[in-house]
Amino acid sequence: MDLLEYQGKQLFARHGVPVPAGQAARSVEDAINAAEAIGYPCAIKAQVQIGGRGKLGGIKIANDRAEAEEYARAILGMDIRGLTVHELWIEGASEIVSEYYASVVFDRSAKAPLVLLSTKGGMDIEQVADEDPDAIAHLHVDPLLGFQDFHGRRLAFEAGVDADVVRPVGAMLAKLYEVFTSEEATLVEVNPLIVTPERDVKALDAKVTLDGNALFRHADNAELRDLSGEDPQERMAQERGLTYVKLDGDIGILANGAGLSMSTLDVVAEAGGSPANFLDAGGGSRADAITSAVEVILSDDKVKAVLFNIFGGITRCDEVAKGLIEAFAQIEPTVPFVVRLDGTNGEEGRKLLADAQLPNVHTESTMDGAAAKVVELAAAA
Amino acid sequence: MSVLVDKQTRLCVSGITGREGTFHSLRNREYGTNVVGGVTPGKGGQDVEGIPVFNTFHEAVDKVAANTAMVFVPPRFAADSILEAEDAGIELIICITEGIPAHDELRVYNTLHKNGRSRLVGPNCPGILSPGKGNVGIIPAAFFSAGNVGVVSRSGTLTYQIGNVLAQSGFGNSTIVGIGGDPVPGTDFIDVIAMFQADPETQLIVMCGEIGGDAEERAAEFIAEYVTKPTIAYIAGFTAPPGKTMGHAGAIVSGTRGTAAAKAAALESKGVRVGRTPTQVAEAAVDLLGS
Repeated sequence: MDLLEYQGKQLFARHGVPVPAGQAARSVEDAINAAEAIGYPCAIKAQVQIGGRGKLGGIKIANDRAEAEEYARAILGMDIRGLTVHELWIEGASEIVSEYYASVVFDRSAKAPLVLLSTKGGMDIEQVADEDPDAIAHLHVDPLLGFQDFHGRRLAFEAGVDADVVRPVGAMLAKLYEVFTSEEATLVEVNPLIVTPERDVKALDAKVTLDGNALFRHADNAELRDLSGEDPQERMAQERGLTYVKLDGDIGILANGAGLSMSTLDVVAEAGGSPANFLDAGGGSRADAITSAVEVILSDDKVKAVLFNIFGGITRCDEVAKGLIEAFAQIEPTVPFVVRLDGTNGEEGRKLLADAQLPNVHTESTMDGAAAKVVELAAAA
Repeated sequence: MSVLVDKQTRLCVSGITGREGTFHSLRNREYGTNVVGGVTPGKGGQDVEGIPVFNTFHEAVDKVAANTAMVFVPPRFAADSILEAEDAGIELIICITEGIPAHDELRVYNTLHKNGRSRLVGPNCPGILSPGKGNVGIIPAAFFSAGNVGVVSRSGTLTYQIGNVLAQSGFGNSTIVGIGGDPVPGTDFIDVIAMFQADPETQLIVMCGEIGGDAEERAAEFIAEYVTKPTIAYIAGFTAPPGKTMGHAGAIVSGTRGTAAAKAAALESKGVRVGRTPTQVAEAAVDLLGS
């Protein structure tokens, strides 16, 4: 789960990471009040989960009340690469002497947290990594030991931060690591981490990704979910407990299990089709889950044909067939369906479907055959 | 022969008294797996259709010499259960549970790695099936017969699909190992491929990967250096968009990293054949072994 900048900064503040003081606002009026309370100059920042918003006009510095109003009005509701701005963060403008980069990353390959520090902040770190990899100091931390003071010193010296801020930068890294572990994040990133003329170090931005599987231990964080950034179909699927990812094509897809679902998209693409979605109906798909899934798939009006590809393990094909029959009774779909049922109770499932004589439902016995058929039907629609 | 699970397996199931735990423990026993016990704290002394239930893994090791654990408890209790099994000295721990917090997995992996006593397979995996010898987990055994193809996979249903097309081409399996779809698997492709390389029964290795991480790329390096047996790969997720988790917690393309295309290219550059569809995997198997 990705947090907005201000949500990340509020988490940072809770763990003692220095951040500029600020306030969130959802209306122009709230934004002006916040700016007046904070004082000028202040930064008015669009809260969207996308990089590069400054260059796209999503961050402005206001020097007085009139400017605060003008910028808040301009930015609220603005479209930034497909995302609508619903919230602003207003904070005191910071004077910047140096811009650094710091992050704690969940390194799957090393099975350990990886801490990164660079004096080349304020730019795309992947670009720095490509062009000048030596400019990034990095260190894996044994998760059973945790982050030690010497880790912070070593990174700060290796990255070559100004000598007088080695200690505060090291201390900030220790606190960022604390955010990473105690909030169960998979990413904590600060870009830029700034040094002010007073030689204070501050996190001027915050990018935090929390582990969705750990939210049961963090009730406060669970409430931070930003629904505005989510696709309506994805939200609908999530409310129904389905794993759904919206794609650009016109063939709706349902399969069981993540791997087979991904593979089904690939096989449809190989057959010349374009998948409209990924939908994993889950390991033990039951009839009511199938009905919900059909509703979600058909709520995307680009869908011209639907493919069901089920290989039953724990999932029983007769349950899937029952769900599909129920869905047809409730929704009366107008697009053709191609259904391939194999595996546990496959024969029973195929018989149920044959007996139900659903309109415009084609059965196929293999995955490849089913993919070819659905591509043909979508093209004809 | 086979790897990891065979007639020597003495299985103890954590979460045996839960609905899924009971169902699959009994199915595993029915298949011929020696299920010697279960663990549910507070239910020690009871039994599940004749399988004794213990309060702790330590008791199960003492009383019925359990040497393999299967973890079926909900995600919030799963890391603790794995650590308990390891502490009790169980050598092989297979965790079926999906949805374990990533930091729990990190702690478990590093603890087991440091102590060096136990192997974890999973979490979020369908288990291990050695046809004719034993089944630990939820793999539907009816679709597989004994043979010479070793399969290692990050996904359950995809394994059944590929196993099925292989079976239709006349192939059976030495062992099928599900390593799971999470970001921090206890056992990786490399570990299982090394076991298959050493297993005299296995003549062909099939690995099913998917987007996310770099386990497939590392497997490619390992195969080039150490594996003499023919190996076929399949990668799922060519059409997956970046930044979206595709069902499995570990199946995500991050920026330009972890794509299916990069994985397929890494494997092909080391001479590993990569099937673009499950059917092509079976065709490659026929080419390499004959039908």
